[in-house]
Amino acid sequence: MFYRQAAIRHTSYDQTKKLYPIPFDKWLVVAVLLVALLAPFAMSGLYLNSYLLPWVIWSTAALSLNLLMGYAGQIHLGYAAVMAIGAYSSVHAMRLGAPFEFALILGGATAMIIGVGFGFTALRVKGLYLAISTLAVQYLVDWVLTHVPAIGGGTQATLQTPTPALLGFEITTDIGRYYLALGWCAVVTIFMLNVKRTGLGRALIAVREKDYAASVLGVNSYYYKLIAFAVSSFFGGVTGAILAFTFFGAVTPEQYSIDISIQILAMVVVGGLGSVLGSFFGAGFILLAPLFLNNMVTGLAEAYDFGVSRSVISHIPLILYGGLIMLFLLFEPLGLAKIYDNIRKYFLVWPFGFSRR
Amino acid sequence: MDLDWWYIGELVVNGANAGLMYSLVALGIVLIYKASGVANLAQGALVMTGGYVVLALAYDAGLPMWLVIPLSMVILFFFGMGIERIALRRMAGQPLIMIIMLTLGLEILLRGIVPAVWDRGGESPIIPLTLPADSIFIGDMLINTSYLLGGVIAIFLVILFVYFFRTRIGVVSRAVSDDPVAAWSVGISVERSIALSWGLAAVVSAIAGALWGSIQGVDWTLSLLLLKAVAVAILGGLDSIIGAILAGFMLGIAENLAAGFLDDIVGGGTKELVVASVILLTILIRPHGMFGREDIERI
Repeated sequence: MFYRQAAIRHTSYDQTKKLYPIPFDKWLVVAVLLVALLAPFAMSGLYLNSYLLPWVIWSTAALSLNLLMGYAGQIHLGYAAVMAIGAYSSVHAMRLGAPFEFALILGGATAMIIGVGFGFTALRVKGLYLAISTLAVQYLVDWVLTHVPAIGGGTQATLQTPTPALLGFEITTDIGRYYLALGWCAVVTIFMLNVKRTGLGRALIAVREKDYAASVLGVNSYYYKLIAFAVSSFFGGVTGAILAFTFFGAVTPEQYSIDISIQILAMVVVGGLGSVLGSFFGAGFILLAPLFLNNMVTGLAEAYDFGVSRSVISHIPLILYGGLIMLFLLFEPLGLAKIYDNIRKYFLVWPFGFSRR
Repeated sequence: MDLDWWYIGELVVNGANAGLMYSLVALGIVLIYKASGVANLAQGALVMTGGYVVLALAYDAGLPMWLVIPLSMVILFFFGMGIERIALRRMAGQPLIMIIMLTLGLEILLRGIVPAVWDRGGESPIIPLTLPADSIFIGDMLINTSYLLGGVIAIFLVILFVYFFRTRIGVVSRAVSDDPVAAWSVGISVERSIALSWGLAAVVSAIAGALWGSIQGVDWTLSLLLLKAVAVAILGGLDSIIGAILAGFMLGIAENLAAGFLDDIVGGGTKELVVASVILLTILIRPHGMFGREDIERI
């Protein structure tokens, strides 16, 4: 198991250029994939619906945001608004009779058009101004959802999602919904893994490092910033729709509020900017940590008999998100992905650690 | 439809006073931006912290109000310096996006931790600033004295800060904001200057927290002032104190008029709409605001 580099000697460039230079990595990917595919049969519906399904969906959302923040270096504080646009437009499209596949794509496309429209501010401004204009977009979208009855369905109403149907087969079971989310997650993951190797990905990373320098090298930084906004918004829109169809079963403005934007931001930062694996780690961590801490605090309060009011408990997620964002930015800016990478590198040659130096 | 001019006047005056109180919150953002070029997205939570400190001193310690305000200003001053020392100084030289996210993380952390520490059991007590009257009438206009007091204090503080930037320490901090490396090379302590700006921003937050707490009560919603403060700071120009006060004035009037006339038609919430549109329009049309300095970037 350990010393995985043993007996692996690359003698040609073709071998070092392989997708998986170490066979162990390839088998790890296969194993993870098998676990993800077989998991719904091994666990109860409760666990599937309340842990695994949200993890898969939020990982997809974090991946989509990571394309914008990690690869292209453009900050976005209103990502939940993008997801809301996708979710609402696909739900409305399906209610008007569009097939599910078309509604999903339409949701993504609407999110893309509106996202790019606001992303045009990215043509003029960057850094702080971009951050604040995306924040303003979040508030604008929130306002429209709660105040325009034609879109949000009135102030107190919830819009039920129609039953999704893929290629004519209606998806009604928990497992089916899980596979739908997993499939979309796989598409985004494969895109994100491969985009780094393409010209587009390299251009995005050049823009992230220094947009002026990228322009000097002949990379049109405006164009690539817009592309990043467009692709990321499309993925975000579809993910928002998937979230509504598979997890919530309805759409309400609260599902896509500013708190959710902060939550996704925390996932990306904690997981690691620009890391595919990190998005999965970050989403899992941010989803599970508040639950865990909630249970711990209430458990401790019962065991040692000190009163903890409901309002304190309700503040725990905020404390955790803020604290984790700060701690990771200060001490490990590359996030959980970097921590995993350090551990992996240590065990690659364990117990012969001296051979790395 | 004939317009009720007294009603409009009332909306304008109260809106202007509320807007001046937004400028008070925005001053914290402007001070820090002016001194270090860092956008302080934790300002809303700082104001909330200020409110909670005042509340703790007034209710829990039972001190009289004339002692509470200066004491909370001192406490917040060291709190702001501490934030700079612990968090911001480590981030020097990092990309701007990281620093913005750090201040946002701080905002979220404070928003969670401060109400949890000083838990009021879900209530939001009002800070008792004893004013001679709740409201005064000019003609048919009803003017809220709390807002009036806030407006007066905001203008006073702005005049104070305009003069502050002409004193020796103020000149030092302008030099630091202009070019930290050059300032450093002629023997100015850059760290101290930036720490001072955080301290001052926190002092302003204490005042703003006390004033806003006396109007809407102290709870976590005080930190929602961040968006309005950001709108004011952007509209006025991030490095302009005069701009902050004028922008606050304008935003306050605009949102109060919008709320007074449109809320009944669209069903509430127009204030947020005005604020968000002001931010977006300013950034689209004139990103450096009304009085801000337009920076030319070098490659």
